[in-house]
Amino acid sequence: MVKEIERYGIPIVHMATITTISESVGANRIVPTVAIPHPVGNPALNPEDEKALRKAMVKRAVDGLATEITETTHFE
Amino acid sequence: MSNEFKVLYYVNQFFGQVGGEDKAGMEPEFRKEKVGPAVGFDDKLKGQGKVIGTIICGDNYFNENKEASLEFIMDLVKKEAPDVFVAGPAFNAGRYGVACAEISKAVAEQLQIPVVTGMYIENPGLDTCKDVAYVVATSDSAGGMRKALPTMAAITCKVAQGIEVGSPEAEGYIPRGMRKSLLMEKRGSLRAVEMLIKRLKGEAFETEMPMPVFDEVAPAPAIKDLSKATIALCTSGGIVPAGNPDRIQSASAQKWGKYDVSGRDALNAPDFYTTHGGYDPVYANAIPDRVAPLDILKEFEKEGYIGKVYDYFYTTTGTGTAVSKAVEFGTEIGKELKAAGVDGVILTST
Repeated sequence: MVKEIERYGIPIVHMATITTISESVGANRIVPTVAIPHPVGNPALNPEDEKALRKAMVKRAVDGLATEITETTHFE
Repeated sequence: MSNEFKVLYYVNQFFGQVGGEDKAGMEPEFRKEKVGPAVGFDDKLKGQGKVIGTIICGDNYFNENKEASLEFIMDLVKKEAPDVFVAGPAFNAGRYGVACAEISKAVAEQLQIPVVTGMYIENPGLDTCKDVAYVVATSDSAGGMRKALPTMAAITCKVAQGIEVGSPEAEGYIPRGMRKSLLMEKRGSLRAVEMLIKRLKGEAFETEMPMPVFDEVAPAPAIKDLSKATIALCTSGGIVPAGNPDRIQSASAQKWGKYDVSGRDALNAPDFYTTHGGYDPVYANAIPDRVAPLDILKEFEKEGYIGKVYDYFYTTTGTGTAVSKAVEFGTEIGKELKAAGVDGVILTST
């Protein structure tokens, strides 16, 4: 899905935990995430810290969309 | 018989009969017995060899703690010193396939122990291990177990006893990208000319050297000004409005859905939940934004960090979904996003 959407010339960030799969499906902009059942969350944290963690990760993704790249790039 | 060869077997929590998604976080453990598919596999060795033990590890644990898992497994393999290492079959299970592939690669490359596993041709783990292991081609679901095990066992017997393994077509494994010298009746130039003539006549011909197909999409240009950009949120994590109005399948999705989220601040429970059948839904159902972070994107919109969150949120289920379906979904969704003037997309996966 990532690759087909990007084919229209729209930049796309893949946020996923198993980044080897992201790469194998042809994602160019990748943000590694926390865990499979809660990629952008962490139930072990208190609600404020969890929200802050999610915000930091989504910011990396949004900033990744605004970053010119020439090859597969992980935004960590 | 004392000269039976030894096989060490790897399975995930499900095939290891520990449990389903609720046990996907289990750390690797070793049992000095045959568990799950290892039982049927051992039977197919017909006394020539035997399974000396089974390693069981949760799919989530392996993928989230790859180094620790591999260390545990590699230590065990060294200690047990099997003649052949066998993993899976993983069919079309993504996390399980990646685990089998990473372990297969490590065992084959670092310990020079032959490895046999099994996967569906679209398994995301395949590319990692197909050149170092014998990967038997299986169906996409565990319904193919009965067919996969004898094929895996037959290759294992040959490898363990130093008998030459035949061609991928004859033995049922996925081509490893190797070339082997063969004696042919006709010399190369003659075969080439014959092939050319067949081709010119429009007749069927079979290449002796299939070329790999590369389909890469170059990175799209970056967004110039985030504060004016419209960003769309998309997920393969199966987050849907409560009741799943479009009945998006919980596995092997046949469709995607889009939902108007322009009036929402978050994808909160109980209005939304996950229909994805491939991971433990407890955390996503409590706070669906943990999978599809609409809450944060809306905050960025309010703060002016991004221009706008696109009115619709796109979703499907990415477990066991055929690559051809994913291509179709991506093509359809991308077309809509392009027409709507969306500047960038965030797609989350579980």
